[in-house]
Amino acid sequence: MTYNRCIGTRYCANNCPYRVRRFNWFKYNENSEFDFNMNDDYGKMVLNPDVAVRSRGVMEKCSFCIQGTQQVILNAKKEGRKVAAGEFNNATACSSACATGALVFGDVNEEKDPIVALKEDKRAYRLLEAIGTDNNVVYQVKVRNTEEA
Amino acid sequence: MSSHYEAPIREPLVLGDKSYHDITVDIAKPIEGKANKNWYIAFTISLIAFSWGIGCILYTIGTGIGVWGLNKNIGWAWDITNFVWWVGIGHAGTLISAVLLLFRQRWRMAINRSAEAMTIFAVFQAGLFPIIHMGRPWNAYWVLPIPNQFGSLWVNFNSPLLWDVFAISTYLSVSLVFWWTGLLPDFAMLRDRAIKPFQKKIYALLSFGWSGRAKDWQRFEEVSLVLAGLATPLVLSVHTIVSMDFATSINPGWHSTIFPPYFVAGAIFSGFAMVQTLLGVMRKVTNLENYITRLHVEYMNMVIMLTGGIVAVAYASEFFIAWYTGSPYENFTYMSVGAATGAYGWAFWSLILFNIAIPQLLWIKKIRVSFIGSFLISIAINIGMWFERFDIIAIVLSKGHLPSTWTRFEPTFVDVGVFIGTIGFFGVLFLLYARTFPVIAQAEVKSILKVSGENYKKLRDGSHE
Repeated sequence: MTYNRCIGTRYCANNCPYRVRRFNWFKYNENSEFDFNMNDDYGKMVLNPDVAVRSRGVMEKCSFCIQGTQQVILNAKKEGRKVAAGEFNNATACSSACATGALVFGDVNEEKDPIVALKEDKRAYRLLEAIGTDNNVVYQVKVRNTEEA
Repeated sequence: MSSHYEAPIREPLVLGDKSYHDITVDIAKPIEGKANKNWYIAFTISLIAFSWGIGCILYTIGTGIGVWGLNKNIGWAWDITNFVWWVGIGHAGTLISAVLLLFRQRWRMAINRSAEAMTIFAVFQAGLFPIIHMGRPWNAYWVLPIPNQFGSLWVNFNSPLLWDVFAISTYLSVSLVFWWTGLLPDFAMLRDRAIKPFQKKIYALLSFGWSGRAKDWQRFEEVSLVLAGLATPLVLSVHTIVSMDFATSINPGWHSTIFPPYFVAGAIFSGFAMVQTLLGVMRKVTNLENYITRLHVEYMNMVIMLTGGIVAVAYASEFFIAWYTGSPYENFTYMSVGAATGAYGWAFWSLILFNIAIPQLLWIKKIRVSFIGSFLISIAINIGMWFERFDIIAIVLSKGHLPSTWTRFEPTFVDVGVFIGTIGFFGVLFLLYARTFPVIAQAEVKSILKVSGENYKKLRDGSHE
């Protein structure tokens, strides 16, 4: 999403087969009608300073923490090296917080990244694969004991 | 361009013992006289509805789209339903004035002026919705390809919403020019009759200095023909492009190749119904019964039957395909068993009743030529065509690919208020028009008086009567 360019026709949300898009119906920021303890300076300290505050009337969705992946790329560039395999896993908030490896984030174009094996695994599938959206989120089927009840 | 003989078995288009001067007097009367009580009542109601609508629009813009009943799964509902409904209504005007001009249909002359006025006023209402449905309407000008210094801000030519911007603005401007061109000799007539200097000045400005010389008339005829040629493809293109908002998308139920012709037929269907509604009222209020006759009503009803038939076949085809694909997603589109038996079954059956069943009554000649019958059926079609767009938008969005996203749309008072407001706005414009503009193209009607006037036909074909 490019929030700055969005005029909020909601056409993208209507066409999203997964309905993952979320619209900013109201001005949520610094609005006493929507007080989630983030209207004062203390509350604001929990907010990520690297993420833009979305204004009223724009569409948004998960960006795979674009600010985090960008940070990884810039750090590697500063240190004059390539991004290490698996380094992106700490870039997104959900995968970096997940201790059990249920959520993994990585670069599918990097052969040594653990995500590649997970994606190629025979358990891997995508939601609504038949409609051909070629989406970036890959799930793995649950392992069930089908031998004995 | 029209022939000077009309078969005696054809019903006359101008009734009564009319001379050229009588026509002038009849058309100028509502403008030169005082408005009656009914006009003031209608105008007051329209103005109140309009004001209420403005309030609701300002509330939406001031607070956010959240004041409407939309949710994360249903991103459009009444807003785009109303948009498509008004654009559809705005289709009859150009069809009547441009296509029927090219086909040399004389009956258009009594109704084209008001049909075109209706078109223009309806397109105004339609144009409101894409703007107010935006999350950030103050950035609405971003939909225009204006060179700017905002960095990489540029319109997306891949988006059908952008094609809409071009289609509708082109349609509005061509319709407006076409309408005004036709008005020139009639404005000049009012100018020449005006007594008050102020009125004379205004109508002189509006008539662009029409002098009535032969050269004026020759240019008038030529430009009318050229504009009719330009406007004819627009009749087809505008609703084709509106339908592409849906047809080029990927939602089952929207992604349909028959949408363009089906939407165009539906637009003409609803446009003629609205003309029928408005003229049904206007001929009474402004005493124009001699000009808008049962023959006009019947011809319009025939167009309604034809386009309504196309729409019915399109529904049948959509319903069949939804079943024939065997896809579970298609079974929840607006034309499917799932829709007919689901939570929106009432909307589905309203559509079938108002749009398909009731208009079939027009096959009966007695109803087809009856003013009150046509008026009531036209109201039913107006309702039915609103439901068609509501069904296409809300039913399809309410049942997406994933059952976890299935939901319902409940309108709020703001949704209703904005819609009522546009009806009021339309009423205000039309009522003001009826008091200040010549509502019938008198110059054109005069051109057929001696061919198709009742008294002249009697004189010529007296022995046959």
